[in-house]
Amino acid sequence: MKRSPALAAAGVATLVFLYLPILILIVFSFNASRYGAAWHGFTLDWYRRLLENKSILASTENSLLIASCACVLSTLLGTLAAVAQGRFAWKRLGLLEGMFFLPIVIPELMMAIGFLLFFGLIGLRQGLGTLIVAHTTFDVPIVWLVVRARLKKLDPRLEDAAMDLGATRWMAFRKVTLPLLAPAILGGALMAFAISLDDFFISFFVSGPESTTLPVQIYSMLKFSIDPQVNALSAALFVASMSLVVLAWVLQGGESHAH
Amino acid sequence: MKVPLKARLLLPAAAWMALFQLLPLALIVLVSVCMRGQYGGVQWRLAFGSYGRILDPLYVPVFSRSLAQALLATALCVLLSFPISYWMARLEKRAQGVAVLLVLIPFWTNILVRLYAWMFILGRTGLVNSAAAGLGLWRDPLEMLFSQKSVLLGLVYGHLPFMILPLYAALEKIDWGLVDAARDLYASPAQAFLKVVLPLSKPGLIAGSILVFTSIPCDFATPDLLGGAKNMMVGNLIQQQYLVVRDWPFGSALSLFLMAGIGVGVFAYLRQERAAA
Repeated sequence: MKRSPALAAAGVATLVFLYLPILILIVFSFNASRYGAAWHGFTLDWYRRLLENKSILASTENSLLIASCACVLSTLLGTLAAVAQGRFAWKRLGLLEGMFFLPIVIPELMMAIGFLLFFGLIGLRQGLGTLIVAHTTFDVPIVWLVVRARLKKLDPRLEDAAMDLGATRWMAFRKVTLPLLAPAILGGALMAFAISLDDFFISFFVSGPESTTLPVQIYSMLKFSIDPQVNALSAALFVASMSLVVLAWVLQGGESHAH
Repeated sequence: MKVPLKARLLLPAAAWMALFQLLPLALIVLVSVCMRGQYGGVQWRLAFGSYGRILDPLYVPVFSRSLAQALLATALCVLLSFPISYWMARLEKRAQGVAVLLVLIPFWTNILVRLYAWMFILGRTGLVNSAAAGLGLWRDPLEMLFSQKSVLLGLVYGHLPFMILPLYAALEKIDWGLVDAARDLYASPAQAFLKVVLPLSKPGLIAGSILVFTSIPCDFATPDLLGGAKNMMVGNLIQQQYLVVRDWPFGSALSLFLMAGIGVGVFAYLRQERAAA
C-alpha cells in the first residue's frame, strides 16, 4: 500500500473532480453561443461586455473598497491586540480570547443575523459602512491569530538584549520585534483582504440596495439572469484567487527556506 | 486616571469585538424572546411564541432534510477524502506541498463560482443535456438540478476541502515505520490499515467531520441555487425569516435552536468517540 498506483489514481481523480467543473466554466466563457452549452465558436465578447457592465464594475469597486478598509482596520486592531497580549503580562485573558475566537468558531449565518439585527435595531442604514464594520469584525481574529502565532515563536530575550545595549523599550520593539513580525502582519493582512473579497454569506445580510459586493451581485445574477458573462466573471475570479493562493504559498515557502 | 500602555493597546480591538460581535450575538437571544413588530422588526414584549412555532409540523421536513443531508454529505466527504489524503501523505515532501496547494485553490475559489459550475453542467440547457442532444442520446433535456441529489452533490463538492485538509494533516504526522512494523509482524495490508492508520487518523477525521457537519445546515446558497424551494434546508428557512418574511423573533429562535442542535450533536459525537477510544 506504500505507493500503489490505485491510490495515486484515486488521488488524481479527486483533484479532477475538484477542478473539472471550474475548468469547464472557463472553457465556455469563450463560447460564442448566448444560450446553453453548445459550442458555437471562440469569442472574447463576454469579457468585453463584462468590462462594460456598469453594475459589475460598481460592485467590484465596492468589494475592493470594503476589503481594503476592513483590511487596514483589522490589521491595526488585530496587531495591536496581539502585541498587547504577547508582550505584556496579563492575569486573566481567557474570556477576551474567547471573544476573539468567536467569529472563527461561530457559523457565518449566526454572525450575519447578529449584524442584521444590530444594524436594524440601532437604525443604521445598510450600505458601505455596515459592510466595512462587518468585514472588519470577521477579519480582526484572522490577523490577531497570525500575528500572535508569530509572536509566540519569537525569543523575548532579543528585546531584552537590545534594552541591555541601551535601547528603550519602544526602540527595542520598533527595531527588533516589528521587523521580525512584519511578514506575519503582511500575511495576516493579505488573508484578511482575501477573506473579505470572498465573503458572500455575511455581505448578503448587511449590504444595501446601492452597495452590493461582487459576490452578492453574482448571486443575484445566478438567481435571475444567467448569461455567459457569469462564466467570464467566474473565470476571472478563479484566476484571481488562484494567484493569491499561489502568491501566499510562494511567500510562505520563501520563509521556511530562510530558517 | 492613567491607563497603562498594555490596556491602551488591547482596548480598541476588545471594544470593537465586544460592540460588533458580542452585542449582536446577544441581540439574537434577546430578540428570540420578543414579539414580532407589526411591520417586521421587534416589539419589546416578552413572548416565547417563536420557540413554540419551531415545532410546527410544517417545519419538520425542513429539519429532517437538513439533518439527513448533513449526515450524508459528511459521510460522502469522509469516503472521498480518505484516498486522496492518504495519497498526499505518502508523497515526497515537496510534492506534498504542491498537492496541498492544489486542494487550497478550489477551496479559496468563491463558493458561488463553484455552485455556478454545477448549474452550468447540470442545468436544462447545460453541458450534459447539450452533449446528450449533440450525440443523439436523448432529445428532451433532463432536469438534473433542483433535486435532493443535486444539493447533496453541491454540498459534498463545496465542503470536500474541509475534510481533505485536516485528514491529510493527521495522516501526514503518522510514523510510517509503525505500518512497516505491523507488516513485519504479519499483519495484512488491510489489518495494518485498520489497526494502525485508521486509529491514528482519528483526530483529522473528527475535526473534518465536525467542520463539514456543522457548516452544512447553515449553508443557504447551495440548497437555494441547486435545490430550489422544494429542497429548502434550515439555512434557507432562517434566511427567509430575515430577508423575506421579516419575522426576526422567529428567525432568531430558529437559529438558536439550530445552534443548540449542532452543539448537542457535536457533543454526543465527541463523547462517543472518547468512549470508544
